[in-house]
Amino acid sequence: MAAAAKKKTAKSASATLHDIVIIGAGPSGLSAAVRASEQGLNYVLLEAEQAPANTVRNYQRGKLVMSEPRGLPLRSALPFTASSRESVLQTWEQTMAEHQVNVRYGAKALGIQKVATGLMVELDDGTSLHTKNAVLAMGVQGSLRKLEIPGGDLPQIQYQLDDPDAYKNETIVVIGGGDSGVENAIALSARNQVIILNRADDFSNCKETNLSQLTEAKKRGVLDWLLETKPQSIEANSSGDFPITVFANTPNGVERIPCHRVIARLGALSPRPLLESFGVGFSTPDLYALPQLSSHYESSIPGLYVIGALAGYPLIKQGINQGYEVIEHILGNPVEPADSALLREKFASFCTDRGIDDVLEKIRKSVPLLAMLSSLQLRELVLESNILLPQAGDVIFKRNDYSTTFFFIVEGELDILIDDDDLPDGHLKAGEFFGELALVSGRRRAGTVRTTQACVLIETPRRVMLKLVDSVQSMRRILNEVAIKTIIHLCIGLSLSEKDLNDVANNATLKTYAAGEELFHEGDEADGLYLIQSGSVTVSHTIGGRDVVLFYVAAGHYVGEMSLVSGEPRYATVRAAIATEAVFIEAGRMRDIIARNPEIRGELDARYLQHLQDQEKRQQLEMAFESNQVAVGQPSPSNLISFLIQQGVGEATDVLLIDESLCVRCNHCEQACADTHGGATRLDRDAGPIFANIRVPTSCRHCEHPHCMKDCPPDAIHRAPHGEVYIDDSCIGCGNCQANCPYDVIQMSEIHEQKEPSIVQMLLGIKPKSVPVGNGAKVAVKCDMCKDISGGPVCVRACPVGAALRVKPEELLNYAGGTGNDANLINDDAD
Amino acid sequence: MQHSNFFDYKKYRYFKVAVVMILLAFAAFLLFEPAVGHYGGSWVGYALGTISAGLVFWMAWYGIRKRRYRSSGTTQAWLSAHIYLGTALTFIATFHSGFNYGLNIHTVTYGLLMIVVISGFFGNYAYMIYPRLMTENMGEDNLDGLLLRIAEADKMARQIALMMPDDINNTVTRACRETSIGIGLLEQLRGFQPDCPTAMAVQELTALGHDLPVEQRKLYRDLYSLMVRRESLVKRARQDLMYRARMGFWLYFHVPFAIALIMAMIAHVLAVFFYW
Repeated sequence: MAAAAKKKTAKSASATLHDIVIIGAGPSGLSAAVRASEQGLNYVLLEAEQAPANTVRNYQRGKLVMSEPRGLPLRSALPFTASSRESVLQTWEQTMAEHQVNVRYGAKALGIQKVATGLMVELDDGTSLHTKNAVLAMGVQGSLRKLEIPGGDLPQIQYQLDDPDAYKNETIVVIGGGDSGVENAIALSARNQVIILNRADDFSNCKETNLSQLTEAKKRGVLDWLLETKPQSIEANSSGDFPITVFANTPNGVERIPCHRVIARLGALSPRPLLESFGVGFSTPDLYALPQLSSHYESSIPGLYVIGALAGYPLIKQGINQGYEVIEHILGNPVEPADSALLREKFASFCTDRGIDDVLEKIRKSVPLLAMLSSLQLRELVLESNILLPQAGDVIFKRNDYSTTFFFIVEGELDILIDDDDLPDGHLKAGEFFGELALVSGRRRAGTVRTTQACVLIETPRRVMLKLVDSVQSMRRILNEVAIKTIIHLCIGLSLSEKDLNDVANNATLKTYAAGEELFHEGDEADGLYLIQSGSVTVSHTIGGRDVVLFYVAAGHYVGEMSLVSGEPRYATVRAAIATEAVFIEAGRMRDIIARNPEIRGELDARYLQHLQDQEKRQQLEMAFESNQVAVGQPSPSNLISFLIQQGVGEATDVLLIDESLCVRCNHCEQACADTHGGATRLDRDAGPIFANIRVPTSCRHCEHPHCMKDCPPDAIHRAPHGEVYIDDSCIGCGNCQANCPYDVIQMSEIHEQKEPSIVQMLLGIKPKSVPVGNGAKVAVKCDMCKDISGGPVCVRACPVGAALRVKPEELLNYAGGTGNDANLINDDAD
Repeated sequence: MQHSNFFDYKKYRYFKVAVVMILLAFAAFLLFEPAVGHYGGSWVGYALGTISAGLVFWMAWYGIRKRRYRSSGTTQAWLSAHIYLGTALTFIATFHSGFNYGLNIHTVTYGLLMIVVISGFFGNYAYMIYPRLMTENMGEDNLDGLLLRIAEADKMARQIALMMPDDINNTVTRACRETSIGIGLLEQLRGFQPDCPTAMAVQELTALGHDLPVEQRKLYRDLYSLMVRRESLVKRARQDLMYRARMGFWLYFHVPFAIALIMAMIAHVLAVFFYW
């Protein structure tokens, strides 16, 4: 039937009654058309442009098209996997040909009228199509916002960038500070001089990767930007090197920018006026509100369906599935959402007697925090999470474990054990949640959690939680409150009554500090107690006119108790070693609590005395170094600590150091690493800063909050239970992690299968053949701390002279010249 | 520094083992004296000889072991044991010989053993002092980086020299062309080039600059500072190569003589059993 319809001309088509008219040949529309073809329906696919899938077509050349959400199965005959723009378009065009999709290009729908027998779709060529149903799948990129200023129609102005490499040695003005504008600008800056005009006062709407690349490009001098700036007009130049001049309205007046080209990325116009002209109803007056739709995407006009980005589902895969679903629904076939099968699998051992919606409803009812989510968000959360059914007495995680998942309690009760005795220090029941501290600090678990009866738990990955917390304000607020309470409980409040704890928590404030910022300064009046929630700080004191680092304090500990106890001004300066969050409790309130809780008083006093002793010891050591420095030629331990902190050891969980006074440059460390890791060494012994004979080589530091994990499309970077950050086989080689790592320790490399040479080969110096694994594509490689090799990191074990060593920041002091005891002061839970 | 090197590994574990081994061997040597005096063919001699031969093979195995990255344990432990037990081996082998030396394969074997062990001592010494010196010389740079900077300095110096009088141009070109950095083992070990063209060029430039016209003064000063920088870079590169050569030089004795030792030892054992 489809083939027959294709032969008819536009004019005669208006006379026939179509089953379906699909408007927009993007992924959703294509998917609907392919399904309609398969079902033998009389349909027509309308596309305003001359080719299908124009939003994807307008991506930058070679851009990777992501296939989020990962877990969601694809149910349409329109294939789609994450790959480059070109290959995605090619497979779609191929599928269209295979299914002989009845598409009409250059046909723009201007209006839709309700008639007695169905709908009339009016086209821009004056004809109209008579149909029983219409599916709107135009997406939101169809009508790009244009520059409405004098000269906005000059030929040098474009609204998209296909191939950034097509331009070189030009001066290009990019208008728009969103991700698309910034991505274009960064790509162009490789061969051109780029100026971004941003009407906002910063780039806060951009992805972090784009932001860091932007700053880097500015540092290199190939890119610059003007903030709070709007273009006023553009004029063509009759002579000179530059064909046009942009007049920009900056806070300091109008600026003339002569240039070769303007790329305006101003976003898209809201599709609402168009939809409203069709008669589609909206629930709120907001310009960007979504149309009112039934659960089968039917709008307020019967027979008119809205799918894809237009319906509020911006992801390609969702749109493709909806194209399929909408056709099935029109045919009267029952369809359930694509993720239902997956959810059923998740619930395989839990509430099997109920339907999925029932189970979701039960979860929503029993966990108040989850009730804040929309049903789509809840479905996504459950899809990405595990349902755990532990028995009574099972341990969910242990203190000092390195896991960062978050738990919701659907049923059952659990105990929290914080200190070493086997007595519970806290209690959790159904509807509550735990694991929020690991969520913020990225450090080891602060306590053990054990079930007291059979439970039902939802274990959610950190990444999913962070995404939710970002989008659901009320959830973020509650999590913050609870995290504050937990850290207070943990640091000072084990003996605090529930009432006192709540009182302190409600009055505590969360303060954030950038790396290097001071929490308080030596000689300041004591303002209160600081509990380090995430990050770490250094405690330094002026000795002989020089600022000397005395201690390093990691998350989960507190600073500022000394002045609180003694009442004297601050003895030391405390500075954030990396971006740090601290919970601040006012001095007055703290004194109040101390007065009422003799146990806390005792604890603080003991710590105070201990601290005095330590400081005395460290100071002695420091003085000794100071006076002997010339004679011994050794820098003091505190200098070494400062140096290591500068090198990012403060945010590390494990760092490789090389003692250059022992290293005989044999390179066995690199060789061993390469031989056991697919032929590519993950450390560079020869590169990296040196201080006092200690080199910090280019090698992974296994950061608390790994920068590499931030933007990994296939989610291939994980943290193992013992803290190792590693990349698994699902790496697609996009290079995001390499760009995100501030320490340059990730490289792109082919993986080879490395065989151990036989003894004969070794004696004769023959290298065994190495065969590339897989298709030989380059993937991201980095140190995995040899987590799969028994005996620990081979770089350290292969070093004949003991120059290579791995250090945890907690052991820094110990290493940097103090005594073994010193290290224990800093972090008493280091194992 | 708080961590251990290969001498004090695990609080001198292998030093203690070595001392015990030497004392035991010495005790056996003293307690059991055959009627004809000490010699390798007594049962004590055979026992000590067998232990010595085993140790020699075990020492040689270290060369394989340190390249087998998948094996368990640390190479550092192996090296520590290699050094201390290797030292103990000289004592055990001496007790085994019963101080009977002569012009024969047995004494040759003994001599080779001593050469290997003594070259090993030099190795220890080299490993103790050169790493620190190398770091002092190179700082955070590496040799490739230095060579790259020398090449850059060359390029700039040649460009400037082209605008200068011929004698200056010649001096600079010769310095760039004829300066050698660590060509051949001898020069590497020595760490300098006799009459280094770069050093000479700096001296000559000092003299040649006197009667330059004023407008070339600035260029001359640039060129001069380039050549001075080149000289110091070349010096550092040579130093680095020298340290490397000296740090590894002992291996040219240690390894070949170890192989010779194993050959001689096999001959020594065969000879003993053949003439028994």
